[in-house]
Amino acid sequence: MDKKASPPLSRRAWITTTSGVIAAGLIKTQADAVEVVAQEVPTPAQDPTKVPGRLTSELGQRAPAEQPRRLVRSPNLSSSSRTPLQDLYGIITPADLHFERHHAGIPNIVQEEHELLVHGMVERPMVFKMADLKRYPQTSRIRFVECSGNGGGAYNRDRMPTEATPQSLDGLLSTSEWTGVLLSTILREVGIRNGASWILAEGSDAAVMSRSVPLEKAMDDAMLAYGQNGEAIRPEQGYPVRLLLPGWEGNAQVKWLRRIEVTDRPTMTREETSKYTDPLKGGRARQFSFVMDAKSLITFPAFPYQLPDRGWWEIKGLAWSGRGKITRVDVSTDGGSSWIPAELQGPILSKSTVRFRHLWDWDGRETHILSRAVDETGYVQPTVHQLWDARGERTSYHQNHQRAWKVASDGAVTFGLGDLV
Amino acid sequence: MKRLSVLMVSVLFSGCGQADLPVTTSDVLPTEVADRLPPSSPQTFGFGGEATDERIAMWDIDVKPDGEGLPSGSGTVAQGKLVYETQCIACHGATGTEGPFDRLVGTGPWEEWPSARVVGAYWPYATTLFGYIVKAMPQLTPGTLTADQTYAVIAYILNMNGLVADDAVMDAATLPAVEMPGRDRFVPDDRKGGPEVR
Repeated sequence: MDKKASPPLSRRAWITTTSGVIAAGLIKTQADAVEVVAQEVPTPAQDPTKVPGRLTSELGQRAPAEQPRRLVRSPNLSSSSRTPLQDLYGIITPADLHFERHHAGIPNIVQEEHELLVHGMVERPMVFKMADLKRYPQTSRIRFVECSGNGGGAYNRDRMPTEATPQSLDGLLSTSEWTGVLLSTILREVGIRNGASWILAEGSDAAVMSRSVPLEKAMDDAMLAYGQNGEAIRPEQGYPVRLLLPGWEGNAQVKWLRRIEVTDRPTMTREETSKYTDPLKGGRARQFSFVMDAKSLITFPAFPYQLPDRGWWEIKGLAWSGRGKITRVDVSTDGGSSWIPAELQGPILSKSTVRFRHLWDWDGRETHILSRAVDETGYVQPTVHQLWDARGERTSYHQNHQRAWKVASDGAVTFGLGDLV
Repeated sequence: MKRLSVLMVSVLFSGCGQADLPVTTSDVLPTEVADRLPPSSPQTFGFGGEATDERIAMWDIDVKPDGEGLPSGSGTVAQGKLVYETQCIACHGATGTEGPFDRLVGTGPWEEWPSARVVGAYWPYATTLFGYIVKAMPQLTPGTLTADQTYAVIAYILNMNGLVADDAVMDAATLPAVEMPGRDRFVPDDRKGGPEVR
């Protein structure tokens, strides 16, 4: 491994090379620790053009030195793990790095035995095996899934983190090419009765996760997804089939889907009353706040990276909106005083992440870099002050405010606006 | 627009002295699929089987806010204390406030939110307790409480929150009638995109 080619990391991270072993890369922050598993690899002593290479294999492997990992917060049954946004290119999240949020663990489901029951206010209550679902007209689309609690760690004025990584802060976001059957196709098959206005979606996990979804969304772009990035959907993402509600909060996109009941009112489940509701100032709480508003995040440079010298650096990041397409991402390299439109990398898809880039000639002085996304409705990703003013400082969920990184004169990057907030 | 962008791509390539570089079809095809069936689709496909009433009854155990779906059975506060202390206390604490997991009891002021999304201050419907507990609790043995045990433990939780009397009996009629302080707190989502931040 050529040490010159690897980016310099701040004091808190290092990569060591020993004979025959690329040792564990270790990044430690106050909040979390990521350990990259050490792997035995052949000693690169010989010129690879002078010895035959490895043979073909049935299942590919990542390069030994490239071992991105999810960040697991706690070993509880109801827990989450986060996507290493800073380690990824493009917009697609490798399926084994898609974030997780389970409320009672990952169920062990045999596809051949799994059934989806669709009943309630329908003409023909039906049971579908996976083979049945897969025989219906199929469709694929690239869409993000984000937990509505993503980024909440950077909302509390008194507890603003500085040693947060893109992963630890906003890693409850992933993008996949999802394949399945449109829910509208299945609802057309069973026949919706007059007066129906909601569905209840229910999972086959130990939490029997249950969420009410307006029928309008179910008939619009909702999908029963059984494919993810070209292969069967992963157990962590709802194998053998999940509900996909493009642009809406992850919790409503029920995984391990076993039942859909068509109703004329919401069921008022625990998750849509006591949990995924947003307290507002003045003693109110917003309910059925499904849509994930426009948001962006600079993923490079970000903590714990340290820029080794001044000069040209490409600021890179992701932007997305649950209301449609991203139309613009602005970048500021002077703490928000001025903004410049970033380059958007196509394809720019509705309700998908978009990659943005901005070439920056850093003069070596301390500054803050920020990004703000604009979507096709004209919505501009707000400042944290705008969200505090609109909702109060004690709200939770949907905290899509602008993220900032401080670049110190020694090149060290830390999270947040600091005193500029 | 699509043709225009193809033209621009060609011009761009010409500028680089590569006029004969092929333009791939992905440049001209739509990048998004329509959210609809092919026009040639039949009215129904017939894939899948009929769901019998027995089949539906097996899984249709959720409870609506007006009480629809509640089973027969009943439970008292005293019976519920016994269920709570054998099944719930390890995660929710002796008085429903200690944790280590969700705090159940409290009528705390607004400022405590959202850390204290307690039954007595936040939960808008008592029926939600039944739908949730009967499916998902206790966490390590979910779905094992009987209807009577579920009614009883809900009676005890509501009693600890000061919402029902010590001699209360919960059943399909009394549970939906419990007045929940959190009921009027909830408002519809008023975010709608556009320039306004809500």
